[in-house]
Amino acid sequence: MIHFALLISRQGKVRLTKWYTPYPQKQRSKVIKEVSTLILARGPKLCNFVDWQGCRVVYKRYASLYFCMCIDPADNELETLQIIHHFVEILDRYFGNVCELDLIFNFHKAYFILDEILIAGELQESNKKAVLRLVTAQDSLVEAAKEEASSLSKIIAQATK
Amino acid sequence: MDLAINPFSSGTRLRDMIRSIRACKTAAEERAVVRRECAAIRAAISEDDQDYRHRNMAKLMFIHMLGYPTHFGQMECLKLIAAAGFPEKRIGYLGLMLLLDERQEVLMLVTNSLKQDLNHSNQFIVGLALCALGNICSAEMARDLAPEVERLLQSRDPNTKKKAALCSIRIVRKVPDLAENFMGSAASLLKEKHHGVLLSTVQLCTELCKASNDALEYLRKSCLEGLVRILRDVSNSSYAPEYEVAGITDPFLHIRVLKLMRTLGQGDADCSEYINDILAQVATKTESNKNAGNAILYECVETIMGIEATSGLRVLAINILGRFLSNRDNNIRYVALNMLMKAIAIDTQAVQRHRATILECVKDADVSIRKRALELVYLLVNDTNVKPLTKELVDYLEVSDQDFKEDLTARICSIVEKFSQDKLWYLDQMFRVLSLAGNYVKDDVWHTLIVLMSNASELQGYSVRSLYKAFQSCGEQESLVRVAVWCIGEYGEMLVNNISMLNVEEPITVTESDAVDAVELALKRYSADVTTRAMCLVALLKLSSRFPPTSERIKEIVVQNKGNTVLELQQRSIEFSSIIQRHQSIKSSLLERMPVLDQTNYLVKRAASTQATVLSVKSAPAVTPGGPLKLPNGVAKPPAAPLADLLDLSSDDPPVTTSVPTTAPNDFLQDLLGIGLIDSSPTGGAPSASTDILMDLLSIGSSPVQNGPPTSNFSPLGKETKSVPVTPQVVDLLDGLSSNENAAYPTITAFQSATLRITFSFKKQPGKPQETTINATFTNLTTSTFTDFIFQAAVPKFIQLQLDPASSSALPASGNGLVTQSLSVTNNQHGQKPLAMRIRVSYKVNGEDRLEQGQISNFPAGL
Repeated sequence: MIHFALLISRQGKVRLTKWYTPYPQKQRSKVIKEVSTLILARGPKLCNFVDWQGCRVVYKRYASLYFCMCIDPADNELETLQIIHHFVEILDRYFGNVCELDLIFNFHKAYFILDEILIAGELQESNKKAVLRLVTAQDSLVEAAKEEASSLSKIIAQATK
Repeated sequence: MDLAINPFSSGTRLRDMIRSIRACKTAAEERAVVRRECAAIRAAISEDDQDYRHRNMAKLMFIHMLGYPTHFGQMECLKLIAAAGFPEKRIGYLGLMLLLDERQEVLMLVTNSLKQDLNHSNQFIVGLALCALGNICSAEMARDLAPEVERLLQSRDPNTKKKAALCSIRIVRKVPDLAENFMGSAASLLKEKHHGVLLSTVQLCTELCKASNDALEYLRKSCLEGLVRILRDVSNSSYAPEYEVAGITDPFLHIRVLKLMRTLGQGDADCSEYINDILAQVATKTESNKNAGNAILYECVETIMGIEATSGLRVLAINILGRFLSNRDNNIRYVALNMLMKAIAIDTQAVQRHRATILECVKDADVSIRKRALELVYLLVNDTNVKPLTKELVDYLEVSDQDFKEDLTARICSIVEKFSQDKLWYLDQMFRVLSLAGNYVKDDVWHTLIVLMSNASELQGYSVRSLYKAFQSCGEQESLVRVAVWCIGEYGEMLVNNISMLNVEEPITVTESDAVDAVELALKRYSADVTTRAMCLVALLKLSSRFPPTSERIKEIVVQNKGNTVLELQQRSIEFSSIIQRHQSIKSSLLERMPVLDQTNYLVKRAASTQATVLSVKSAPAVTPGGPLKLPNGVAKPPAAPLADLLDLSSDDPPVTTSVPTTAPNDFLQDLLGIGLIDSSPTGGAPSASTDILMDLLSIGSSPVQNGPPTSNFSPLGKETKSVPVTPQVVDLLDGLSSNENAAYPTITAFQSATLRITFSFKKQPGKPQETTINATFTNLTTSTFTDFIFQAAVPKFIQLQLDPASSSALPASGNGLVTQSLSVTNNQHGQKPLAMRIRVSYKVNGEDRLEQGQISNFPAGL
């Protein structure tokens, strides 16, 4: 299983963290620091896998972001690379040519997408279109609710004038 | 942008807050902004603001990601989840998953909301609940909500089904007992067509097999056919754009099905045969130019090697492996090295063929690959290739990185120890490793080296000369210095007089004063390390006896430490200078060559001590120059001074005190039974009334002398002053444990306490009256099991003792099982003196350490 997923920038700033194994809050920041230092120190031509504390961290760099996932030693590392790529492609289709700034200002949306791809550290859906359909459907639900709320308040505002 | 707190304002928008935080130039500025925002949020929380709860939660999550504490927002998550609208729930669940984890008690409060949401009419809300449950539920929540999740597995919506399946995985992980509840639903879900559902279900099945054996059997019977069909369909399927990655349809499904097949086929021949064909098809058909294809091939090879495959299939797998290993892509090579480790169990020959490539990988620029390759090399070593492999590794040690050196050194040392048939080769390798990476060599490694040198008398001259040479060039490697100094001290005369030269050696000229120079240099260079300096002092003392003309000079060097702040060094310095000055008469006999250290016993003890995680010798404050021996061989020279009582029966202090034993070659006995045993002072086993008898037996008859310099109380070594008045007691035939083979030497109850009974049975070989084989049987008389059971024995000087490893280190309760151990004793004064023995038993009961000791004097006559 995937124990945690981490997105960090080249300067070590955290853009997204998702934990599928119970790490206590204090330990989380330590873990993030350790893994970040380990990965940011790796050169460009080296392989995408690092051994860390008995687990393996699979990482891939996309532009200015490092996508890292910590897996069990028994898992398929190449598949995890593929999962990371899957996630990035869906983000790309959702945001349209996604860049780091999109993920900074819309981090909650990135989380929603991740939740449609992984649950309990395992893969949920291999069909990119299906994932996007689900996320956009939920987005439109939110939009509809907002519309309703604002139209309600308009009615009330008008009524109380 | 107005950032001032206005009680009537709604606070900043999320986007604005992020922008202002990013605009901060310093950390202090950022902290100020965050503090302001947190204050606003806290105010809104206390006012129970409905409208902006949603936005505040988003802000809180961002602040949390920056690393600031946000626990004041946890209750807000709960309120959001309990709200009626979808947007609130969506952000609420997200906040829950981010800000809380299963260890927090607040999580329990969500259980009710979760239950309601799992029954909601809106499928998306059900999805939210399943997702949250699947990511962070605790064991109690899992148990509570499992029935809901089971029901949802039968839902009509595929989205719900797949989420429910993954949620079930977490439930089964937290509460494995529930695995059987999910078996049936999982099996039926495999008939679905929707890939997402299939993917999740296959993963659920894999998890079920891990959790319960029944589930494994059930799934093996009912799902195999379906699985093969799924894999065949997806492998043969034509262009399906929604799932296609690099020309392959749904590689994820391929991989997960292969994994499940591995779990089902492991150890089951029928199952393995059934899936043979499809595995062959996937292995040959899959293209390997992109990562997706390689991932499938990797999984396929792992599966082939995990099940009972045909040889044809295995050959296929090994071929793929070979291709991967020679691929230039680092990822592929890494994965290949992984696969090779599994392949060793199946076809060692095939892996040996790749040895050269693997050795290349040990030197690769990528540290991940180096690590894998080193582990693999370790598995590959056998008797035929150990010498060339070791040579390669040691050569590489010279040039490797600092952080890799430690791993590499540890591996080399264990390889060399395991496979050394040839002592000379072993010594050479160890000397080389010490020279190159002595600082990374662990203590027990060089201790073993010393034990071996002490046993190999023909190689001692060679050893001391090689070490002397190495010391000249690589003096900064600490372990090397310690070993070298010890050898120079012990075998100094061999060094100077070129005794027992081997053919391969060239003669070197070392004068006595050169030898003293070397030790003096070590002493000065390692002014910080107490152990090394202590060893140097002892070596100097030995040299003063071996090379009398240097006595004066040595005394001056030793005396310099008289005022040393470390007690150990100060003591040694004073005592040794006193010996040199005033006790010339006994000096030479005092500093005779050390007795041969018992190698087999040492190794047994070392294995036992690492296993029992007993205090290692490193913790002994007085590191003895003799190395940490574990058991004397009966040739022990009795110590003087504090240790008149060998097994430390009468003192309640921890056996190893800070007082330095006065004579260097003798203190190994003290450490011997003191260290390595439990921290707590010896309890249990009341000192037997016959302590006096034992003192005469093993000591030189003098009363215990505390920390003084050797006075005239100290008797010369090698001489026994008193005879042993031990009367063998009447032979005790009981317990039904008497061995039938020896009517002549009946079994005795050697030791009996309220908790433990030890019986000895005897066997003698005809024609060897001095030797006896004793079979000791231990019975646990309590109702709790003993663990980490260790038995030790000590015998008088005229007897030699050898202990074999015990049958087990756990003694079941109430005599439900026995532990046996055999000892062999040789009585050098057979016929004149009977056998006597002191024993000591240490074990753990319910986590507590116990110690029992006693004396055995009821050996049958004639042993």
